[in-house]
Amino acid sequence: MEMIVSPVSAPRTATAASADKVVGSSVNVYYGEKHAIKDVSVEIPDRGVMAFIGPSGCGKSTFLRCINRMNDTIPICRVTGKITIDGQDIYDPLLDVVQLRARVGMVFQKPNPFPKSIYDNVAYGPRIHGLASSKSEMDEIVEASLKKAALWNEVKDRLHDSGTGLSGGQQQRLCIARAIAVGPEVILMDEPCSALDPIATAKVEELIDELKKNFCIIIVTHSMQQAARVSQRTAFFHLGVLVEEGATNDIFTNPKDQRTQDYITGRFG
Amino acid sequence: MPTDRKTLLAGFMPWLSPRPSAKPMPKTDVAVAERPKGESEPMNEHIVKSYEEELALLDRKIAQMGGLAEHILGQSFDALERRDPQLAEQVVKADKQIDQLERDIEEQVISMIARRQPLADDLRHVMAALRITGDLERIGDLAKNIAKRALTIAHESHPKPLMTGMRHMGELALSQLKEVLDAYSARNADRALAVWRSDEAIDSMYNSLFRELLTYMMEDPRNIGLSTHLLFGAKNIERVGDHTTNIAETIHFLVTGANIADDRPKSDETSSTLFSKG
Repeated sequence: MEMIVSPVSAPRTATAASADKVVGSSVNVYYGEKHAIKDVSVEIPDRGVMAFIGPSGCGKSTFLRCINRMNDTIPICRVTGKITIDGQDIYDPLLDVVQLRARVGMVFQKPNPFPKSIYDNVAYGPRIHGLASSKSEMDEIVEASLKKAALWNEVKDRLHDSGTGLSGGQQQRLCIARAIAVGPEVILMDEPCSALDPIATAKVEELIDELKKNFCIIIVTHSMQQAARVSQRTAFFHLGVLVEEGATNDIFTNPKDQRTQDYITGRFG
Repeated sequence: MPTDRKTLLAGFMPWLSPRPSAKPMPKTDVAVAERPKGESEPMNEHIVKSYEEELALLDRKIAQMGGLAEHILGQSFDALERRDPQLAEQVVKADKQIDQLERDIEEQVISMIARRQPLADDLRHVMAALRITGDLERIGDLAKNIAKRALTIAHESHPKPLMTGMRHMGELALSQLKEVLDAYSARNADRALAVWRSDEAIDSMYNSLFRELLTYMMEDPRNIGLSTHLLFGAKNIERVGDHTTNIAETIHFLVTGANIADDRPKSDETSSTLFSKG
């Protein structure tokens, strides 16, 4: 993590490069009667990768979906507590959810490109948000996004072919390009590699490494090795509770909680 | 998984067990009785049984190797003291077995890292096995070296006071090694720490032996040949102590996940000791 040394005031330096981007305080989520997330408080630094791990149904994806209010679409879902991005409460009733989702992009488990051309897949977001005023500006956004997603060289000669004709790994990188085209600050990834082969996985992981320089990335993964490889911090969820959160290195070599230990070493009963 | 080392060893190292047919300890002992201070929590078992078995096998091999190292180290002292060339030759041969076990353990660790990607305490477990096996192999070499010197000086006269000093030092090194291997089987960081601290005693014995040997050499140059071999022998015992403390450090890391913080008390002063005439 880079340190920016400010000559003016020392305390500010921390916020320059490693301030907490997303902060959840006492977050509770209920699906009807079911208490899915129990009093979770977590601070997620900017420009880095935070991995959420835990067994299926532990609430990690639910928590991830709170960060761009995807859970709003589920009628029986209720969220209490507070989640802020850069200090701004994202559950503020006055907040525009569409704007929020432009700031907080999301990539899903299964690559889900629109049944449109590669170009239109990427241009879709910027178009509806009115980010480009001309064709050439849009071309620039598409090219820059595809380059950031490390896909440009593979598709530049067939931008108008259908996005669904790409390989799985390429489709996933196309989805990442689509997510970053609207200039988000936070990227949520819900098991982005679980449908990909090891080579495509490696490419996505390399991309995550690259993207973390500019974005706050939160990744949910079932692969312990992937969490260990890509993240700087890891949070372990179990039965809706955030059991342990810490530097990835510590979590994977010397976890403090017995449950974390049991889970990552494959001992869960 | 804290285990009684005797139980592990009884099967293939009968000479280490007081009774020829040592019964395995009842499994409840560790769980029911109050756990000794410094011992790690008993772990749940892995979901994948073969993983559990591989880790247990690794411990058995370490126990076997440790028992063997202990055994030949003791034999090398006996060979030196009793001027027994046959025993010395046995030691030289047995060291090959230790080397083979080291290769075996190394291979298993590499394969486990490749296939299972151990994490957390499992990762510390395989890394500790790798480190301890290296130290045990060195201890085996040192025993072999002592045995070779015993062969060389078998026909010389052995002055009693010197031999007594050697024996005390050897016994201390041997008991530390035994203790550290038990601490490993029991996963007891406190016991390992105690061994780590008490290496000082071996160092100071070495210092006094060093001075005695120098004096002995100055008294009569004809003693130089024997004394030099004994000096190297003493140095080898002192090195055994150092490897034992390495193992203690590894155990501490294995159990607690942290390295021992303070510097080990060091009192080997022989590198700055000089006897000059006048």
